[in-house]
Amino acid sequence: MAGAGKGTIKEGKERYKAGVIPYAKMGYWEPDYVPKDTDILALFRISPQEGVDPVEASAAVAGESSTATWTVVWTDRLTACDLYRAKAYRVDPVPGSPGQYFAYIAYDLDLFEEGSIANMTASIIGNVFGFKAIKALRLEDMRLPVAYLKTFQGPPTGIVVERERLDKYGRPLLGATIKPKLGLSGKNYGRVVYEGLKGGLDFTKDDENINSQAFMHWRDRFLFSMEGVNRASAASGEVKGHYLNVTAATMEDMYERAEFANELGSVIVMIDLVIGYTAIQSMSKWARKNNMILHLHRAGHGTYTRQKNHGISFRVISKWMRMAGVDHIHSGTVVGKLEGDPLMIKGYYDTLREPRTPISLENGLFFEQDWASLRKVLPVASGGIHAGQMHQLLHYLGEDVVLQFGGGTIGHPQGIQAGAIANRVALEAMILARNEGRDYMRDGLEILEKAAKWCSPLRAALDIWKDITFDYQSTDTADFVPTPTPS
Amino acid sequence: MRITQGTFSFLPDLTDEQIAKQVAYALSRGCALNVEFTDDPHPRNTYWEMWGMPMFDLKDPAAIMYEVNACRKAYPNHYIKVNAFDSTRGWETVRLSFIVNRPKHEPGFRLARQEAEGRNIRYTVHSYATDKPEGERYSADGAGSAAKR
Repeated sequence: MAGAGKGTIKEGKERYKAGVIPYAKMGYWEPDYVPKDTDILALFRISPQEGVDPVEASAAVAGESSTATWTVVWTDRLTACDLYRAKAYRVDPVPGSPGQYFAYIAYDLDLFEEGSIANMTASIIGNVFGFKAIKALRLEDMRLPVAYLKTFQGPPTGIVVERERLDKYGRPLLGATIKPKLGLSGKNYGRVVYEGLKGGLDFTKDDENINSQAFMHWRDRFLFSMEGVNRASAASGEVKGHYLNVTAATMEDMYERAEFANELGSVIVMIDLVIGYTAIQSMSKWARKNNMILHLHRAGHGTYTRQKNHGISFRVISKWMRMAGVDHIHSGTVVGKLEGDPLMIKGYYDTLREPRTPISLENGLFFEQDWASLRKVLPVASGGIHAGQMHQLLHYLGEDVVLQFGGGTIGHPQGIQAGAIANRVALEAMILARNEGRDYMRDGLEILEKAAKWCSPLRAALDIWKDITFDYQSTDTADFVPTPTPS
Repeated sequence: MRITQGTFSFLPDLTDEQIAKQVAYALSRGCALNVEFTDDPHPRNTYWEMWGMPMFDLKDPAAIMYEVNACRKAYPNHYIKVNAFDSTRGWETVRLSFIVNRPKHEPGFRLARQEAEGRNIRYTVHSYATDKPEGERYSADGAGSAAKR
C-alpha cells in the first residue's frame, strides 16, 4: 500500500518534540506488525477526505481509538506507550468502491477492561466516527481473542439449554409478535397471546415499543399474558412462553418488571437494544441468576448498521451481543420485509451459532473467530414472513432459529389459532421432508400443497399469501463475490 | 386432547416407514437413538422411562425400529418417543425427539389457579391421568402395567 515507506519516528527527542506530526509517523502505522493471538483486531472501512492519504487516515483511526491525541504529548514517555498504541497494519482498497479502504487495526489486550462491552466500545467506536479527516467510517468486523472472551459471561441460557428447558428439538421454534403493537388493553392483549400459543406457537412476543403506556400498564400486560401462556400450556401439554418486554426508563424499573415476570413463572423476558450495552449486560447477569431466557429486540440498529459506508456492521453487533450475553436476537429473514442480503445474513447467523467461524469474505467475515465455548445465541427471523416461504426459511436460516410470523399468524382469515396451526403444520411437514432427504427447496411448494390437503388453515394461508414477496435490492451487501476455486 | 410435544405432533401419526426414515436421518448425522416411554406426559416431565440405554452402536434403522416395536408391544397405551442424542462438542444434547406411540384416549391437563396477593395467580398444570398410580393411567384394565421387559 502506498505510504508504507513513511518512516516511523518511534524513539527519542525528535518523536516527542512539541508540535504535530502525522499519526502514521507517531507509530500508529506498522505495516510489519504481526498481530498477537491476544490482540483485539478491528477492520474499518475508511473513506478519507479528498487529499488525505489512506494510510494516514487509517493510522489516525488507530490513534484516536487508542492513545493518541492531535498533538504530541511528552507524558507518553511515562508509559509503555509502544504497547498501548493501536497499530494499523494493513490497508487495502475496497474492491469496486473507489475512495474506500479496508484498514486492519490491532489493539493490545491491556487496553481493555475485562468483561465490559462499554469499555471496549468506548475505545473502538468512541471518538473516531466524528473525525474530520475522514468522510465516513464503518466498523466492518472484529476478532475477539479467546483471552478476552473468557472474561464475558455470554448468553445466560444458550440454544442447547433453551431447547432442554422447553423440551423442543429438531425444528425451528415458532413465534408471533402481538399486533396491533400499541393500543390493546391487557385483557384483549392476553387473548391474542392465548390464541397464538394454543394454536401451536411456542412463543408470542411483546413488540419493542410496548412498555407501560396509558392504554395498558405493564403489570396488566404481564398478568393477562401469563394467563394466556398457562392456559395454552395446559391445552397442548407443551412448555410455552411470552416474551415479556421489561424495557423501561431505569435499571431499577427493569429489575422490578423482570422480578415480577419471574414471580409469575415466565420462562423468558425481553429487552430492547436501545437500553444500552451496560444495561444489557446487567439484564444478562440477572437472567443467568434467575434461569430466564433473555430475548433481545434490535430496536434502533438500522440507524447505524444499514448504510455501507458509515456505522457498524450488524455482524459486529452480533459479536458484541454474544459476548454481552443474550439468548435471542433478531438477525434478519432473507425473504421478509426488512433489510437482509442472504450472504450477509449467513455471516450474522454463523457468528451467533457456530463455535468457530473461518474467514469468509463473501459473508463479511474478515477474521477467523474462535468463540471459546461461549454459548450460542438463537437468531430470530421476524418481519413479513409467512407459511408459504417455509422451505426458503429453512434453507437460508437452518433449524436453530425462531421464526416469527406476526401478521402471518394474526392476519389469518380463519383466526389466530388457525394461523398458528398453518405455520406449525407447514414447519413440521418441511422438517419431515428435509429429514427424509427430499430436495425441499425445489419441492417446497409441493410439500406445502400436500399438507394443505388435510390442513385447511394451511390451505387458506397459502391461498391468501402465496404471491407476497419483498423483492428489493439490499443496501448492505458483500464486497467480495465468491469465486470457484480451480480443482 | 392431543399432546403436541415432540417434533412432529402436528402431523398425522407417522407410519413405521416414516419413522424409519427419521431414524435413518438421525443416524446419518451421527446421533445415537433411544426409546423412552411414560404415562406422565406433563410438559415438564423431563425424565421419561428409558427403554434401555441409547443405542450407541446400532447404525441400522431396522434394528432401532425393532426396539420401537418391542416398546410399543410392552406399553401399547403409553406415550413413546424416539430421541436422537448428538455428542458433538458444543451440542451434547438431544437434536430430534418425536412421539411414535400415544394412548388411545388423552384426557389432557387441568390448569389449577391459586389466587395470591395483588391479583397474582400461581398456576399449576395438572395431568388428569396422573390421579391414578403409575401404570394404571391410560386404560381401564391397567394394560401396560403388567408388561415386563
